[in-house]
Amino acid sequence: MDYKEILAQYRDLPGGIIEAFHAIQDEFGYLPEEAVLEAARGFAIPVAEAFGIATFYSMFSVKPRGKNVIRICESAPCHIAGATEVIAALERELGIKMGESTSCGRFALEFTECVGQCQGTPVITINGKPYTNVSPAAIPNILAEYKQA
Amino acid sequence: MNNNINLTIDNIPVTVPKGSTILQAARQVGIKIPTLCYHPDQAVKANCRVCVCEVEGSRLLQAACSQPAMEGMVVKTRTPKVIEARKTILELILAHHPQDCLNCIRNGNCELQDLAAEYFIRDNPFELKRRGLPKDYSTPALFRDPDKCILCRRCIDTCSVTQSVNALGLQNRGFETMVVPSMGLDLIDSPCVMCGQCIHACPVGAIGEVEEIDKLLAALADPNKVVVTQIAPAVRVAIGEEIGMQTGELPMDVFVAGLRQLGFDYVLHTNFTADLTIMEEGNELLQRLNEGGTLPMFTSCSPGWINFCETYYPDLLDNLSTCKSPQQMFGALVKTYWAEKMNIAPENIYSVSIMPCVAKKYEASRPEMDDSGYRDVDLVLTTREIGRLFRMSGIDFTQLAGSDFDSWMGAYTGAGVIFGASGGVMEAALRTVYEVVTGETLQDVNFTVTRGIEGIKEAELDLAGTTVKIAIANGLSNARILMDQVRNGESPYHFIEIMACPGGCIGGGGQPITKANTKRVERIEKIYAEDEKMPLRKSHQNPEVKVLYDEFLHEPLGEKSHELLHTHYHAKNKKYL
Ligand code: SF4
Ligand code: SF4
Ligand code: SF4
Ligand code: FES
Ligand code: FES
Repeated sequence: MDYKEILAQYRDLPGGIIEAFHAIQDEFGYLPEEAVLEAARGFAIPVAEAFGIATFYSMFSVKPRGKNVIRICESAPCHIAGATEVIAALERELGIKMGESTSCGRFALEFTECVGQCQGTPVITINGKPYTNVSPAAIPNILAEYKQA
Repeated sequence: MNNNINLTIDNIPVTVPKGSTILQAARQVGIKIPTLCYHPDQAVKANCRVCVCEVEGSRLLQAACSQPAMEGMVVKTRTPKVIEARKTILELILAHHPQDCLNCIRNGNCELQDLAAEYFIRDNPFELKRRGLPKDYSTPALFRDPDKCILCRRCIDTCSVTQSVNALGLQNRGFETMVVPSMGLDLIDSPCVMCGQCIHACPVGAIGEVEEIDKLLAALADPNKVVVTQIAPAVRVAIGEEIGMQTGELPMDVFVAGLRQLGFDYVLHTNFTADLTIMEEGNELLQRLNEGGTLPMFTSCSPGWINFCETYYPDLLDNLSTCKSPQQMFGALVKTYWAEKMNIAPENIYSVSIMPCVAKKYEASRPEMDDSGYRDVDLVLTTREIGRLFRMSGIDFTQLAGSDFDSWMGAYTGAGVIFGASGGVMEAALRTVYEVVTGETLQDVNFTVTRGIEGIKEAELDLAGTTVKIAIANGLSNARILMDQVRNGESPYHFIEIMACPGGCIGGGGQPITKANTKRVERIEKIYAEDEKMPLRKSHQNPEVKVLYDEFLHEPLGEKSHELLHTHYHAKNKKYL
C-alpha cells in the first residue's frame, strides 16, 4: 500500500493523522518526507504542523531506520537498574550508537520512556515486544532471534 | 447582571470585567508582573511560568497571564515565595541559554536580559548546557539563532495566525524541542515570505534582520563612491524610538541632517517614487478598467506580500500591478535619470535605501532588479540599523540644525507620506485618479475610510458615473481572505491594496522592535499628521515628478516607464507549504 491509500483510510477519523502515521510507520519503518507532505495536504494542515506531530512522538521517525527497532527505557527505574550497561552492550554488539541504524538496515537503536514493565528493570523492547531483566550478557542471544529475519 | 469582578492584588482593590486575567487586572493598577511567552496581541500560551503569583487558598502558584480573576480573589505578586519561584524559572531558562549578551543583536532590548537584571541573577545553580544549534543565515533578509530560542512560541503564533504563512513549527519534545521552519529545513526552503514580523514577536535575540552596516561603512570609506540614500515613507515616524525620542518626534529635516553627519553624499526620498508609483499605478488601473484588463488589480509595493502571492497565489500573479515598488523605481532611476541630471557616472553611485522592512533586502537582491544596467539598489538598511548608526555616532539630535533633501528625487507630497500606513497607497491613488478621471479638483482629499489598523477595509468611489470598489488588507491572514475571494471568482472589487505587515509599513519587520499593535496605531496617527501639514497632498502635483515626465519618461506607462519602472513576478513553487 502506498501512503496515499493509507492516509485516505484515516482521513475522516478524529486525530486520524496520528493513526495514519502509525500505519505508515508500520509499513515503511519510518515516515518518509513525501508521506508527511501528503498527510499535511490530506488533513489540510500546514507542513510545519504535520512535521511537528511527526517529530513529537518518540515512536515516529522521520529518518529511514533499521527494520527491527530496539528501544531502551531511559526512565529513572531502568536507569538505576543498569540501563547504561545494557546500552553499551547493544552499541558494541551492533557497532552503532544510540539513535543510529545498522548499515544492513536490520537494526535501529532508540531511547524510550517507561514502557510500564518496571517490575523487571532494566527493560528493552524490540518491535514493541518487551524483554525484562535484561543484562549485557543476554544481549547476543536476544539479538540472534532477529538476525535471520 | 453585574459583569465586574472585584479582587485585591498586593492589598490594592481592583475591579475588572469578567474574563480578565490576573495579569490584566494587575496592569490596570500599575502592578508589573514579569512575562515572557505572553504577548498582548496573541492568544495566551502560558508555557514559560515566569508570571507566577500567589493566590490565597491555592497551594500552587498561578500563572497570572492565564489565570482568570475571580470575585474576592486575594493575589500577592511580590512575596518571597513568588520571587524565589520566578528566579528559579529564570535560572532554568538561562541554564539552556547562551550567555552571549555582549555579542547579541538584542543587547539592551531583550526581555530575557531585562528579567535577568531585574531578578539579580548571579551564580546560576543549574548546570549550563547549550544546545549548540547552528544559526540559519539562508535568507538575505532575516536570520534565526535557535540556540537563543526560549521556546515561547510567539513567532509561531505571528507566522501562522497573523500572517497565515505557517513557515514555523515545533520539532521534537522535552529538552530536544526546537522551533524550526517547515520540515526542519532552512528558512529559505520553507514558505517564509521574509516579512520579519517574527522579529517583533521574539522577546530575545533568536531572530533578527541580516545586518549590513559594514557594507555601508565600506562604501562611505571609498573615495570613488557617491553614496546616495532614499528614505522610505514609514521610517521617520519611527526612527526617534531608536534614539530615545517619542514616536514621530524627530523632524524630517533633522533626520536628513543626521544622515549627512553619517557621511551620505546625497539624501533623497522614496516618497518621490511613491508619488511616481501613483502616477504609474493610477494610470494602470484606469487602463485595466477601460480596456478590460485583469481585475481586481493588486498593489505591488510590499515585497513580503509579493513573496506571499508568488508562494501561495501564483495563479493570481496577473492581478498584480506591474509597477515596481517605490524602492526599486528609485533604484532604477537614480543610476539613469538622476545620474544624468547630476552628471555623475552611474557606476560610481552606491545606492542605499533606508527601509522599515527586511523583505526589501530580499527584493533588492532579486536578479531581475538591474534595469539601470547596474544593481538598482546596492544596499538596504532597516530603520533599526540606521538607529544603531545614529547611536554609535553620538549625534545630539536636539542640537542639530535641519537640512533639506537634495534635488530631482527629493520632493514629495502628502500622498507619498501616507504610503507608510495601511490604506495610504489606496488613498493616494484615489486622490490622483479622481482628478484625472473627473477633471475636477478634489475638495476634501481625506478618504478616512481607508485609514486605520483594521484588518480589512472597503469602500466605493464614484468616478464620473462608474462605481469603483476597493478593498485594503494589512497582515497576510487578511490578505488571504481577499485572495480566496478572488480565486473563487467572488471578489466584488476593482482595486485591492495589500500590505504584508500589520498596520502597513509603519509596522514593518525592520522598524524599531514593536511589542504591541498600540505602537503601530500611534505611528499611523503621526503619518496622517505629517500629511495634514504638507502644502501639496496629491502625487500629480509633485513638481519634481512633473520634471521627470517632461524631460525623461514623457508619459505614464510609456516606453521608458516600461523599461525601468515595471516588472513581472514568478511562481515560487515551494514544496513545503
Ligand atoms: S537573547 Fe537576550 S539574554 Fe540572550 S544573549 Fe541575547 S541579549 Fe542576552
Ligand atoms: S519572516 Fe514572516 S513569514 Fe518568515 S518566518 Fe517570520 S513571520 Fe513567518
Ligand atoms: S524564536 Fe523567539 S519568538 Fe520564537 S519561540 Fe524562540 S524565543 Fe520565542
Ligand atoms: S522505568 Fe523502564 S519500564 Fe518503567
Ligand atoms: S507569561 Fe505567563 S506563563 Fe509565560
